[in-house]
Parts: sequence; structure tokens; C-alpha cells
Amino acid sequence: MNLRGACAIAGLGMTRMGKVYGRSATDFAVEAVELALQDAGLQKAEVDGLLINTNMSREMNPQLQRALGLENLSLLNAMNAYGSTAGTMIQYAAMAILHGLAQVVVLVYADDPLKPARGAGASYSGAGRQSGTGMAGLPMAYGYYGANPGYAMAARRHMHLFGTTSEQLGAIAIAQRAWAQMNPWAQMRTPLSMEEYIHSRYIAEPLRLFDCCLVSNGGIAVVVTSAQRARQLKQPPVYILGLGQAAPGGFGRADREPGIYTGARQAGETALRMAGIELRDIEICELYDCYTYTVLVTLEDYGFCAKGEGGAFVEDGKLGPGGSLPTNTGGGELSAYYMWGFTPLSEGIMQARGQAGERQVDRHDLILVSGNGGVLSYHSTTILGTHPA
Amino acid sequence: MAEAHGYQKPLPVPDEDSQPFFQATREHRLMIQQCRACGTAHWPFRSRCPVCLSPAIDWVQASGQGRLSTFTLVHQVAHPGFACDVPYILAEVDLQEGVRIISTIVDCPHAELYIGMPLIVTFADSTDEISLPVFRPAPGAEPGYSGERE
Repeated sequence: MNLRGACAIAGLGMTRMGKVYGRSATDFAVEAVELALQDAGLQKAEVDGLLINTNMSREMNPQLQRALGLENLSLLNAMNAYGSTAGTMIQYAAMAILHGLAQVVVLVYADDPLKPARGAGASYSGAGRQSGTGMAGLPMAYGYYGANPGYAMAARRHMHLFGTTSEQLGAIAIAQRAWAQMNPWAQMRTPLSMEEYIHSRYIAEPLRLFDCCLVSNGGIAVVVTSAQRARQLKQPPVYILGLGQAAPGGFGRADREPGIYTGARQAGETALRMAGIELRDIEICELYDCYTYTVLVTLEDYGFCAKGEGGAFVEDGKLGPGGSLPTNTGGGELSAYYMWGFTPLSEGIMQARGQAGERQVDRHDLILVSGNGGVLSYHSTTILGTHPA
Repeated sequence: MAEAHGYQKPLPVPDEDSQPFFQATREHRLMIQQCRACGTAHWPFRSRCPVCLSPAIDWVQASGQGRLSTFTLVHQVAHPGFACDVPYILAEVDLQEGVRIISTIVDCPHAELYIGMPLIVTFADSTDEISLPVFRPAPGAEPGYSGERE
């Protein structure tokens, strides 16, 4: 029983995304699912699987089934592997369909982290005097808030070990912004120059403003079915050819390099082997880009270049329009929209279908989609294709 | 108490499991945990050894010696208590005992930080209740080395 080409993505639904206020995560989720089903030409009653990407919203839990009015489900889960979750949702759906647990599985991501502007005092409300209970409260006591410091420290270490430069990280941001200029879904559509990148303010050195992804409200839903079913529906099937996952661990130990050698290597090898292809067969990359640094280190770990050479690999602009390795062809989370793993996944689907409009890449038969979460702690790889075998 | 001392940053609230750690930092001792079964040191508190899963865990005093594994200078103000400090240092320190911890560096100009620099623990007495372990350059750290800065 071979998973390669057995299942396909048959539907994609995307709400308006970005600074879209006044709607709940649930509202975005329901609209996204409706759009995805319409896109596929499926009736809601045919849906028998629901997978939910947990995120910052408390509404993203199994009870979303009620808002969607889904009945008689044989597959239901709210999944959490942080930024790598989307790939793991594809994996679970495909494996379930392959083994007859479900036939039409809806995958959904939705969140509303952005609130309308309010005073600085209000946004600090709850910041308080306590950083947490026990030793878990220590990082915040030093000022370690959110994800930025961890990624910044990983990027700093990469620069120390290999001489990676800010301009090389900037080349990634610039290439992606060039793609975003051609993407009607993108939040950031003005060109980005190296001068503007270098002069943008530091967030946590060495990461600057344009090294860090957007924050977006909105929702995306994807429908996965058997390949046979997908071929009966409205859109060109996007076949699921290869899957992989990795969580190498190694944090908290001295002399380990979990921010330098990530799970992308293992997850990528597994996915390529399942798909029966070589890395050089990949025509488009959609890589999880919460930061420019994650794109760089992921390219290294997949083997597109040697460890430490990611900077030199990207600085000639090969990731951008007209380049030899089109990457994050919609602008990614840096310039388009931040729907966690559904950002690279959605763009990969549109490219595979030939529906990417002005930014369509000519050769789009084999597409590599990555996800990473934690601070480079959890990794998923999905290989999509236009042919089942 | 924080207001009375003017300390504006948030502080951890010790609980039963972490009490030995915070009691020791008040006494200017850095405690880590060590497994009696396999000898591995770990940090922060865990009830079982993360290597061999044994519950035979002891608190032991660390030497306080370590090296700077990596660092960042934070410019974003995520909490008003840090507004006067930006940019401030966050560091990953590899202790001699084999654990990697988050902390900050004191008594060192930003331009003189470098990955690999030897560090020694010291303590910031934030309030009467809480002292935080921080690190300063150890004897032997080369002053004025600024190779890491652009």
C-alpha cells in the first residue's frame, strides 16, 4: 500500500487576510471551509474528517465541528506541532484516507491575533509583575518574550560559525517581496531594496524588521480526498507524493546545535524517498518563513547547498522571480500572509494547479512545502505534484 | 515589594518545586539538578531525569563557570519594565556541567561580547525575595574583542 499519489488536495479556500478586524477566528474558519468546499465542488454533507490547526486562538479546538455543523465524522482532531502542524495535518489526512478511515477531510487554520489599534497602556495590560511560576518564569524575567529572541540567537550563531551576513538574510526578504508584488493576496506589495532592508530597525539583533514575518487575521481551509475522488471534482488535483516529519530535540544541552542542524534534513529525506524523487527534481520551494533565517537553514538542511553555505546560495537572487529555485512564490509569511503552515501550503497548491496568475512559475510539477515550529524544534515536509506517479 | 524597591521588571513566583533554586539564588548560589542514576545535569527543574527518566534527582551547586553560546540584543519593548534597558542582552550560556541556560550578561559593553567568551555567574538582587543569576566576563575573557559585531 503506497501513499505516493494516493491522495490529493481537491479544494482550497482563503478568506481575506491581514488587518481584517471585527471577525472571530471561528468566523474566518467557517468561511474558509465554505470556500474550500465550493472550490472543490463538494457538498458539506460529504465531509467526514475535520482537522484543526491549533494556534493562539482558544476557538481552534474540536468544538469547531459545531460551528461548521459537521455530522457523522470519522476523523476529528485539533493538532499541535506549532508551525509544522499543517504538514502533519496533511500526513494524518492522507494516511486516514489511504486506510479507509475517512474520504473527505477538511483541514483548517484560522486566527484573529490582530486587534484594532489601542493605547500602549492597554496593550500592556496583564503584563504585570509576574513573569511566571517557578523556573518557567525565568526567561521572561530577563526580557525573553515571544519567539524573536530564540531565532535571533540561532541566526547569530550561524553568522559566527559560517560568516553568514545580514545582506544574505536580506536577499531572502527581497526575493520574497518581489514575488509578493505579483500576489493579490499579499499584505506587503511595495518593492524592498537592500538599502531599505539594512536600514530597517532591529527587532532582536541580528534580526531586523524585514527578517520577521507578518501577523495576519484570516483563515485558510484545504480539502484532501483520494486521488480518484479528486479527479472527479472541479480543480486540477494536487497530488500528495511525499511526507516527512522530524523533531530532533537536543535543546538545553551544552555543545549541541539544534538551531543550526534542524529536522528539515530527516523530514526532507523521508519525503523525497516516499515521493521517489531526488532533490534536484524539485521545481518550486514553499518554505516556512517565520524569519528569513528559517528559509536559509532549511535550504541547507534539505541539501540544496552545504551546511553553512546558505548565505552564498541565496545572495545571487536565485530564490526570486526568474531565479533557478523559485521560493515562497507568493511572498510567504514575510510579505504575503501569516497563516502558519497554511501559507506555504496554499501557495504550493495554487502553483501546482497553474492558478498563480502573474507569479505562476512555468515548471510547477514538483513542489516542496516545509513547516517548522517551536524555535526550529519541529519540522514537517510535504511534496506536492501535478501527477500521481 | 517591587514598587517599593523601584524594580519594574516582572519576576518569577517560586513554587514548591523551584523553591530550592530561588532560595539558593538569594544566597548567591546557582543550583542545577543532577541525576543520581546516570549523572547527567539538567536545568530547569524536572521531576525526572530527561536522559534516563529516573526520579532520583538532586539539587547540586553549579560551579558558575560557563561560555557564551550565543546572544542577541533585544530592541523591542515587550514589557514596559524593559523600556529603559533596550537594547538589552539575552544570552544562551553553556555551563561547565553540560547544561545550556538562558540568562543575560552584565559588566560587559555590547561591543565586547563574543561567542565562546568565558563567563562566571553573579547575582542580581532584584528584590528582597528574588535574586536572578546573571553572568559576567570571567578572568581570561579578552577585552575589546568585537569580531561578532557588524
